[in-house]
Amino acid sequence: VWDKSENGDWHCTASWKTHSGSVWRVTWAHPEFGQVLASCSFDRTAAVWEEIVGESNDKLRGQSHWVKRTTLVDSRTSVTDVKFAPKHMGLMLATCSADGVVRIYEAPDVMNLSQWSLQHEISCKLSCSCISWNPSSSRAHSPMIAVGSDDNSPNILAKVQIYEYNENTRKYAKAEALMTVTDPVHDIAFAPNLGRSFHILAVATKDVRIFTLKPLRKELSSSGGLTKFEIHIVAQFDNHNSQVWRVSWNITGTVLASSGDDGCVRLWKANYMDNWKCTGILKGNGSPVNGSSQQGIFNASLGSANTSLQNSLNGSSASRYFFPPLDSPRAGSRWSSHAQLLPPPPLIEHSCDADTANLQYPHPRRRCVSRPLNLLPENEGV
Amino acid sequence: ALMGCVAGTGEGGPSSPRVFVVRRDQDIYIQTLRKLFNESHGIFIGLQRSEEELAGKSRKAQLVQVSKNYRSVIRACMEDMHQAAISTRDPALHSQYSTQVSILSAMELIWNLCEILFVEAAAAGPLLLRLLDWVRLHVCDVDNMVREVLSSENPSKHELFWNVVDVFVLQGRMDEARHLLSKEASANPTSVNMYRILDDLMKKMPVPSLGNTQTLTEMELKWQHWHEECQRYLQDGTFASNSHMESICKILLGDEDAILEKKELMTTWYHFLVTRLLYSHPTVKPMELRFYAQACMDLFLGGESSPEPLDTILMAAFEFEMHQVIKECSIALSNWWFVAHLTDLLDHCKLLQSHNLYFGSNMREFLLLEYASGLFSHHSLWQLGVDYFDHCPEYGRVYLELHIERIPLNTEQKALKVLRICEQRQMHEQVRSICKIMAMKALRNNRLGSALSWSIRAKDAAFATLISDRFLKDYCERGCFSDLDLIDNLGPSMLLSDRLTFLEFHRLYGEKRFSEAARLLLMLMTAHIAPCSFWMTLLTDALPLLEQKEVIFSAEQTYELMRCLEDLTAGKSDKQRFQDDDVESMKVEMLRLALARNLARVIVKEGTLEGS
Repeated sequence: VWDKSENGDWHCTASWKTHSGSVWRVTWAHPEFGQVLASCSFDRTAAVWEEIVGESNDKLRGQSHWVKRTTLVDSRTSVTDVKFAPKHMGLMLATCSADGVVRIYEAPDVMNLSQWSLQHEISCKLSCSCISWNPSSSRAHSPMIAVGSDDNSPNILAKVQIYEYNENTRKYAKAEALMTVTDPVHDIAFAPNLGRSFHILAVATKDVRIFTLKPLRKELSSSGGLTKFEIHIVAQFDNHNSQVWRVSWNITGTVLASSGDDGCVRLWKANYMDNWKCTGILKGNGSPVNGSSQQGIFNASLGSANTSLQNSLNGSSASRYFFPPLDSPRAGSRWSSHAQLLPPPPLIEHSCDADTANLQYPHPRRRCVSRPLNLLPENEGV
Repeated sequence: ALMGCVAGTGEGGPSSPRVFVVRRDQDIYIQTLRKLFNESHGIFIGLQRSEEELAGKSRKAQLVQVSKNYRSVIRACMEDMHQAAISTRDPALHSQYSTQVSILSAMELIWNLCEILFVEAAAAGPLLLRLLDWVRLHVCDVDNMVREVLSSENPSKHELFWNVVDVFVLQGRMDEARHLLSKEASANPTSVNMYRILDDLMKKMPVPSLGNTQTLTEMELKWQHWHEECQRYLQDGTFASNSHMESICKILLGDEDAILEKKELMTTWYHFLVTRLLYSHPTVKPMELRFYAQACMDLFLGGESSPEPLDTILMAAFEFEMHQVIKECSIALSNWWFVAHLTDLLDHCKLLQSHNLYFGSNMREFLLLEYASGLFSHHSLWQLGVDYFDHCPEYGRVYLELHIERIPLNTEQKALKVLRICEQRQMHEQVRSICKIMAMKALRNNRLGSALSWSIRAKDAAFATLISDRFLKDYCERGCFSDLDLIDNLGPSMLLSDRLTFLEFHRLYGEKRFSEAARLLLMLMTAHIAPCSFWMTLLTDALPLLEQKEVIFSAEQTYELMRCLEDLTAGKSDKQRFQDDDVESMKVEMLRLALARNLARVIVKEGTLEGS
């Protein structure tokens, strides 16, 4: 666990070995419940952790202690994901396992993290790899959970299932299955709901996919009150050209980040016409990707915290796209023709100094610019 | 704001960093741009609140003023940035600041043009004058040269003399050109004749007027005559012996080649455009601009280079493609500031209405949301973002709700600031959530008083009760409250939880409001509000009240207290009584004595007639 200090630096304040197998996922509970984490592992368990504020010496040494509050041992196979439910549902979490069982636990007393009771067990028939709670707290939406499967056997079964809580039966029931997703799914994420009537779901599979699920009128069928959904795929991107492993939304659900086996993180955004486009590509160390052939790259100030401006300039590609390299200054060359990646040649430097004597600001083109910071890609958002 | 963590592999093997913190919208961290964000915020709010009832000319004047205000903020920022650039010794910083000056300069250039064409919507006539002003303001490369020549001993002998004259002519600065020429005339008697004629032509050149002194047709007529006159002099060979003057005459006649020859002095195609218009079509109409603009750009660039982002933006403006301008600016500029504010202004000019553009004010809101979201990742600029969200009718509120919950509440001060904002907007859920988070934080750090205040503010009765119990437990163990001052002024919140009522008693007592404290104490016990475990404590607390000089408890109240005491002691089994330590039994004895004494005094008091 890392903490951010007052001056903005990150420090590792706790590190401990506990599971007897790989830890697959780690997730935070809402801060309303305190400093609480949950982990899940290949060792068939999930655990809930709470930070204990220790002796003041520890604080000074920058260490914190985490105490295991409970171990959830119901699963008979590797627990592949654990996620806390939206806070309006109380202190609740869901786990999913390789044997296809999704379990929902609740801690009835939020002050007592050692007491969790298993509320629901959902059998998904396919081995589960990921889950996502629908964050919507609207009364119009029942609690909903999406489950992804990484089942590899050759079949065309839907690898994304949507389960919805049925108020009448007090159980979770399958509301929908995304039939078009037949490849193994590695990650799944509902977008934050902006008061929309429909839901947005991102899926990480052999490519990045974004679906909208629009609830139709609740059918008063025998199953009693299950919502039917109109499903649309609004984006599908295979730019990773390999398996996509994780997808994650920003706060407002307007930008999606995806990571893939190509070693890149890609950012996706919809413009105000609701067309989704790539707005950035980062390498594993957070620096932008070279190469101007890709559409919609943006550059530079996305360096890792310690990278100097120059380094990030060198890493940028979009500026090459927007600003051609400087040959020699010529009449009629405009401001931007002086923008470039490398430091400008002495001639321009000289005129820069001369210009500083000016009271008025030289025409833009005469500035010895290296590059404007932080360009947006083509069609970014517009 | 967009900030994320990438878990990847750094170079350098297993011990290299594995987690990288990545951030977008770096511009908000540039100190010198703060003024831009802060002041434009003020202008933005002013615009939103401005009089919509004003119509026609006065509304337009108002909007033009707003536009000028924005531009002056940009210029002020440029000044600061320029100062920063020249005063730094760090070459990287110098480079960064210089870049920023360049970008700001471009922004002002674009905005200025948009103001002329869209906000002011200058009509034929004034249009040209505005464009001339625009060019003069933004092509100042030549100022050095001008200054140099003017300040020299003998300007007309200076090698750049004619360049400067040309500059003045190209920019339509006739008086200044004539003034310089006069120096040449006095130095060169042989050319006096030529000079007089040229001077006269320049003096007489008709220009569009801003006022209503002449109609366009009148002006055009005059101009036509003047143009013909210039033509005659040229053809007569009047200026044949002086190539400079001849060239100037050709320029006056709008000769394309003659003007293009002076490329170096104009430096940009849009300067070329305005000069050409000045000397060939001064009454150009707004809608005609696009044709001239495209032609001029093609001629000027001459196939040597292709248009660059700034050119595309300006061209889109000349073509009155507002949407295109915004789109191109979004692409070329590094943050949303420019497009968000410009689009908002254009929307207020009613230029982005749905019938003009398909997307209409959705685009305005989209851009404002983007800009404001960017501000939220900054530790103090987020407060500006709040106001922007307020003026986004469709999604502003929900964006605010989502962003405000994520503001790191490092200090109480910040938490209170955030809370105030939420409370002002009736964002009850956010208020509750923030208070709960702060309460939890305090509780974990054993700051019970703080935790209690926060839980009261969250109106979380259950949590408040829980904390009060901890408080009381604390009190029983230690005999005093640790954070007594924090329980001050519970007021009506005391009813939120019975535990709090008890704390209220202690406050009253502390303020020597004994009869109120006494009444509350009794209420606590008789109404069984206080948990039984605390009765002993309560009664012990009542002791000092019983020992006061002044009688506080009435006879009836005293009987009640005695009954409570008996209930308490009777409840204990004999065995327990035996195990009670001496302190405990002594307490009980003392209480019995005090109660009895009080009873005695109060019976006497109540039995005594008043006044005797």
